[in-house]
Amino acid sequence: MNALAIENLSHSFGSRQVLQNVSFTVAEGRMCILLGRNGAGKTTLFSLITGLYYARTGLVRVFDMAMQANPSAALAQMGVVFQLPTLDLDLTAGENLRYHAALHGLPTDLSKARSREELSRLEVLDRIDDRTRALSGGQRRRVEIARALMHGPRLLLLDEPTTGLDVPGRRALEQHVRDLCRERGIAVLWATHFLEEVAADDDVVVLDRGRVCWTGPADRIAPELGVGSVAEAFALLTGSP
Amino acid sequence: MKVDHALRALDGILRREMLRSLRQRARLFSAMVRPLVWLAIFAAGFRSVLGLSITPPYQTYVLYEVYVVPGLAAMMLLFHAMASSLAMVYDREMGSMRLLLTAPLPRWYLLAARLLASVIVGLPLVYLFLFVARFWDVRPPILGYVAVFPALVLSGLMLGAFGLLVSSMSTQMENFAGVMNFVIFPMFFASTALYPIWRLAEAGPLLATIAAWNPFSSAVELIRFALYLRFDMVSMLVVVACLVAFFLAAVAGYDPGRGLWSRRGGEG
Repeated sequence: MNALAIENLSHSFGSRQVLQNVSFTVAEGRMCILLGRNGAGKTTLFSLITGLYYARTGLVRVFDMAMQANPSAALAQMGVVFQLPTLDLDLTAGENLRYHAALHGLPTDLSKARSREELSRLEVLDRIDDRTRALSGGQRRRVEIARALMHGPRLLLLDEPTTGLDVPGRRALEQHVRDLCRERGIAVLWATHFLEEVAADDDVVVLDRGRVCWTGPADRIAPELGVGSVAEAFALLTGSP
Repeated sequence: MKVDHALRALDGILRREMLRSLRQRARLFSAMVRPLVWLAIFAAGFRSVLGLSITPPYQTYVLYEVYVVPGLAAMMLLFHAMASSLAMVYDREMGSMRLLLTAPLPRWYLLAARLLASVIVGLPLVYLFLFVARFWDVRPPILGYVAVFPALVLSGLMLGAFGLLVSSMSTQMENFAGVMNFVIFPMFFASTALYPIWRLAEAGPLLATIAAWNPFSSAVELIRFALYLRFDMVSMLVVVACLVAFFLAAVAGYDPGRGLWSRRGGEG
């Protein structure tokens, strides 16, 4: 079963067309990298998948549940890390996680236990009682990922999660997410414009100016386009230098 | 929507509002000081220049301080509602609104929970003010403090729903200066909070008409009557009708298919 299926999704803001007939799938337990330059439409796509925007044209299915028809059931399966940080800076890391857990209907005891478990897994348990205002950018991102995992989602959406992090921080975060994907079988859609975040066994969707211009396993993109690397293939597909 | 899920979400939203409120001490302090400044300075000055005839629900001549306290209680709810509305615009700009709106619950419920939580958090300060006002000889019947509770809740919900509607139409925090100048201050001053309607009529029939139609006046009168163990049916009906209208409009404003958010676009 597909964790996520996007079918002919289009969206515009007034006369500005942002997405045009976007279609792709993310298989259960797979890591899918959504590659696109700034302004390619990645964040709009995330807003449509999560129901922040209403998809007038096309379909979004999460584990075969149509987002438009049953948003609550679809959202219950998703964990989301948005491009903009969404932590409440006046609350501690633990309080942020428990707030999210409450929104997903988790009982208090379970919420407390799980917040410790997730923060521990992401190596920020020692900051559980610190206000998130006091955390570094990398720690905040890890708290956000821990929060997104609180309700046990089967699909994790990450919109440029490494933006603003230094290289070691980016690598550590990437490794954490890959571990999650492998150990828990969570499907991941990871939007980025950093080509080095693509691994050979990932699936890749290349989005350019609102259109999907390539989709498939990462190790096939370069051979299929007759170039030597993912970077060259991306440059060829998007016309970027 | 499951009931236990809905209640846990409400509990979570309420806890968050309380924590944020307690940690923003400057805001708490100013929310308390604002009506006291009005009571201690403005009302003291006005007492000597403004004569009040017997005006329901009062059964005799009353000091201006007595008259103005229900209006100041309503003012606290109004400013609290607008602060909450501003916080929603801030949350939207900062991104944390996304978290609330992507929770697996109907959007109307999430907005209603946020509205209710905001009112619950704002009420203790109003009660504190009402008790402090006793030092200015504003002493309604003790049972009045109980009777005024539903009036405060209804008025708080109506003003909060209005704030929610304003926040659904505001694209950025800078717009709030305009909201203060063109919405909040006229709403407050063109009401029965500071002067009885007959006094406004003396100043001009148009002003009296505006004040009579102003839903904030209805909130003030509902609170005033309840505090003195009287029931103002017309005010209650107006407050309830406005609450429903403002809330439905706010829900439409936050609707992903119709709202401003969806039309204006995100960050890329």
